[in-house]
Amino acid sequence: MVQDTFTPGVVAGRLDQDTYEAQFSDLHPPLGAHEALVAADRCYFCHDAPCITACPTDIDIPLFIRQIATGTPDAAAKTILSQNIMGGMCARVCPTEQLCEQACVREAAEGKPVLIGQLQRYATDNLQARGEHPFTRAEATGKAVAIVGAGPAGLACGHRLAMLGHRVDVYDARPKPGGLNEYGIATYKTPDGFAQAEVDWLLKIGGITLHHNKAMGRDITLGELQEDYDGVFLAMGLGGVNALGTTGEDKAGVLNAVDFIAELRQASDMAAVPVGRDVVVIGGGMTAVDAAVQAKLLGALNVTLVYRRGRDRMNASPFEQDLAASKGVRIVTHAVPVAVHGNGAVRDVEFEYVDDAMKGTGQMLRLQADQVFKAIGQTLEGDGLPQLDGGKIAVSQGGRTSLDGVWAGGDCASGGDDLTVTAVAEGRDAAMDIHATLMGTAG
Amino acid sequence: MANLQSDFIGIKSPNPFWLASAPPTDKEYNVRRAFEAGWGGVVWKTLGMEGPPVVNVNGPRYGAIYGADRRLLGLNNIELITDRPLEVNLREMKAVKRDYPDRALIASIMVPCEEEAWKAILPHVEDTGADGIELNFGCPHGMAERGMGSAVGQVPEYIEMVTRWCKMYTRMPVIVKLTPNITNVLYPAEAAKRGGADAVSLINTINSITSVDLDLFAPEPMIDGKGTHGGYCGPAVKPIALNMVAEIARNPETAGLPISGIGGVTTWRDAAEFMALGAGNVQVCTAAMTYGFKIVQEMISGLSEYMDDKGFTSVDQIVRRAVPNVTDWNQLNLNYVTKAKIDQDLCISCGRCFAACEDTSHQAIAMSEDRTFSVIDEECVACNLCVNVCPVEDCITMETMAPGSVDPRTGQTVAPEYANWTTHPNNPAAKAAE
Ligand SMILES: Cc1cc2nc3c(=O)[nH]c(=O)nc-3n(C[C@H](O)[C@H](O)[C@H](O)COP(=O)(O)OP(=O)(O)OC[C@H]3O[C@@H](n4cnc5c(N)ncnc54)[C@H](O)[C@@H]3O)c2cc1C
Ligand SMILES: Cc1cc2nc3c(=O)[nH]c(=O)nc-3n(C[C@H](O)[C@H](O)[C@H](O)COP(=O)(O)O)c2cc1C
Ligand code: SF4
Ligand code: SF4
Ligand code: SF4
Repeated sequence: MVQDTFTPGVVAGRLDQDTYEAQFSDLHPPLGAHEALVAADRCYFCHDAPCITACPTDIDIPLFIRQIATGTPDAAAKTILSQNIMGGMCARVCPTEQLCEQACVREAAEGKPVLIGQLQRYATDNLQARGEHPFTRAEATGKAVAIVGAGPAGLACGHRLAMLGHRVDVYDARPKPGGLNEYGIATYKTPDGFAQAEVDWLLKIGGITLHHNKAMGRDITLGELQEDYDGVFLAMGLGGVNALGTTGEDKAGVLNAVDFIAELRQASDMAAVPVGRDVVVIGGGMTAVDAAVQAKLLGALNVTLVYRRGRDRMNASPFEQDLAASKGVRIVTHAVPVAVHGNGAVRDVEFEYVDDAMKGTGQMLRLQADQVFKAIGQTLEGDGLPQLDGGKIAVSQGGRTSLDGVWAGGDCASGGDDLTVTAVAEGRDAAMDIHATLMGTAG
Repeated sequence: MANLQSDFIGIKSPNPFWLASAPPTDKEYNVRRAFEAGWGGVVWKTLGMEGPPVVNVNGPRYGAIYGADRRLLGLNNIELITDRPLEVNLREMKAVKRDYPDRALIASIMVPCEEEAWKAILPHVEDTGADGIELNFGCPHGMAERGMGSAVGQVPEYIEMVTRWCKMYTRMPVIVKLTPNITNVLYPAEAAKRGGADAVSLINTINSITSVDLDLFAPEPMIDGKGTHGGYCGPAVKPIALNMVAEIARNPETAGLPISGIGGVTTWRDAAEFMALGAGNVQVCTAAMTYGFKIVQEMISGLSEYMDDKGFTSVDQIVRRAVPNVTDWNQLNLNYVTKAKIDQDLCISCGRCFAACEDTSHQAIAMSEDRTFSVIDEECVACNLCVNVCPVEDCITMETMAPGSVDPRTGQTVAPEYANWTTHPNNPAAKAAE
């Protein structure tokens, strides 16, 4: 029976089936052929194009758009994928309004950038849907590399290494590959099993073996990998979650946002995922927004996202903030949690308003809640890792770490934004450095 | 990736995309960068006689025609041949050819219509290691007034004569570049062939005035209140060039004469079209001037993808492929009947097809109260105008009527056999088939 949105507590099936399907479908439906041509026609084929500079993977955007405009979307796909093997996922999840599309000269001219992300999706979807893999492997080098983590960084690195002729073993703690593409990214950005389809397509290069449910530190050690392989690439992302550090944090109904999202992403039926009537999300990044929006889409009546600073300091882009607002999420800023109240399960959360310098004002806010999601940052887990810098593995050019023969990239490594596209770029660049090192051509 | 290797009259280049003789090939700096970008060959900016070079105007030399969104469709120029000394050009050509032996380097030449002038310059050009020469009989402004360029290109006897001199004084292959500013392109093409040309290239630019300043009442581009006709090129001239190429390719007198296709080539598709109509390779100027050298990457990827799709393994398999299908009007099948059809799912109800057909064609499109547009088969003569004006690609298509079905416009059954005007009962000169 369909539950009402007014039903208190944490319950499943608040909405009817059709509503779930509509809510969790594609955020931006794919462009049709006509739309793609019209969108492509707007590109000026700029010289030394600013959009390329703004893309962390340096995709030749004017070239691929011209290839779409001249009726060769497969050539466009190759242009994209040769720089960014996860061009399909990035087309869906990149904050383009802060990257390529922000830099587009037509954003400056008319406030309407060329739809780079959607055109990228148009090109890559066409090719991938047909299952065609446009790259081949170079002759075998006889070298083998171990990769820890099958997220975007690990897979991008693995693909490039395989292409260059190396043998690659990828170890991942989880039962499925993809990292946060599979367990983290919002459902409406990558519906219909795209994350797994993309991994399957990527693996067609050959030479990559996935080892599931194999965690470094539990099932294998870094030392063993260093011994058994010619090189190791660490790409395990950020497995830990920051705690609130307030009283009552342990009450039932207080969860890590990433766990809630992972559960949601793995659910085959949204009607089976329970959600509170009154949900409070604490944090200001992409994870917080995704948890808040998806709680709302699951049928929560009141969803409040509470952030300790102003909107301009939120890590979630203005586009993401607007998306949340448009879905009915209330955003409260300048408030820090001081206590979680409730008798066993959470009943409400108490906040204190703070000023821009995070100094308490004495003004309090109490939000009714039967579910609280913590999204105040993820942390690196593990012992015996290479030297750290600011809580992440310190890397230099090409992803080199303090240990010889060990590279790192993606969220677990220092520098760069925590984005899918940066993870891909770092994975690819590390692969090039590993290759140069193994072949003795490194500078 | 298909192999795009090209062999044009014995001149090899890694792809059939050459830059035409014009500003993009004006100097060593440009040509080196063009080769780095991937161009298969260049025809160096036209060389003149030894001695003080020509001078260009010092104000605007270009004018343009735009499509929607300021897309450049046509360019007009009043530039002359190279304004740099001959020795400098020759020295640079030699240096470039030495460093890029796999690319084609052709010298374009325009000297006065005197045997001595041609005899004098050819050995110097040969000395650069150039792969061939192109005779510029096409420049429509400035040089023509001095008895060169299109002034020669418009007189078939001169073409033949100069071509013969060149064949006599050099071992290099000779390409004759034709002007479109003539009544029938076959005359100059045949003259080139008689003179012994190894190939013709076409088209050079078309006499034109792009616009008029309505405050100053002077043509553009304007120099100090005055203007002159210039040479028109770019996407807008492609149809004119395609026709001229096709005419030469299917003319029995010139059918075997290799053609380098020029005029509005902007994408891989344009290039493939020129080649299908008989061009052995293509030359590009305006597209490079509009978008930079990098566009060749799209031409390369596009042509090789097309060839892979078609299963072609060599660019020669495209060359002349459409020539047998270029014919005269009186050979077209009058029993071939089509009707326009509107795809209601794609239609955005703009009504352009209706305006076009209702006001200027055959009143064959119906418009309903709720703006549904549909073709009235009883009235549609299949003129294609609606297809051409519809803003949505493939929204209106031409559907072929099967033989045996009845054309609701004429009430006649579509006949399966081919029948053209020469045998049509309305043709006073019709001969019954024997
Ligand atoms: C909720 C959420 C939403 C996001 N939305 C976006 C978005 O819209 N756009 C965007 O660009 N970015 C987004 N991001 C960020 C993006 O997902 C990450 O930056 C990116 O996935 C990082 O890739 P990675 O390969 O470094 O790590 P991950 O994707 O985290 O992959 C790490 C992999 O390593 C495995 N692993 C971990 N520890 C071990 C171990 N000890 N042994 C073996 N394997 C291990 C994990 O199981 C995982 O598969 C989002 C992140 C989150 C959390
Ligand atoms: C600015 C300009 C200068 C040109 N100069 C020459 C020239 O010196 N010699 C020549 O043979 N053609 C010259 N051309 C003609 C081009 O080589 C070419 O035939 C013509 O532009 C058509 O090709 P397009 O449509 O690709 O531009 C010139 C064209 C332009 C636009
Ligand atoms: S900046 Fe915009 S217009 Fe320029 S090349 Fe990039 S997408 Fe095209
Ligand atoms: S294109 Fe260059 S040379 Fe020509 S007018 Fe502009 S700035 Fe001057
Ligand atoms: S022109 Fe095309 S889109 Fe417009 S009404 Fe006609 S069929 Fe429809």
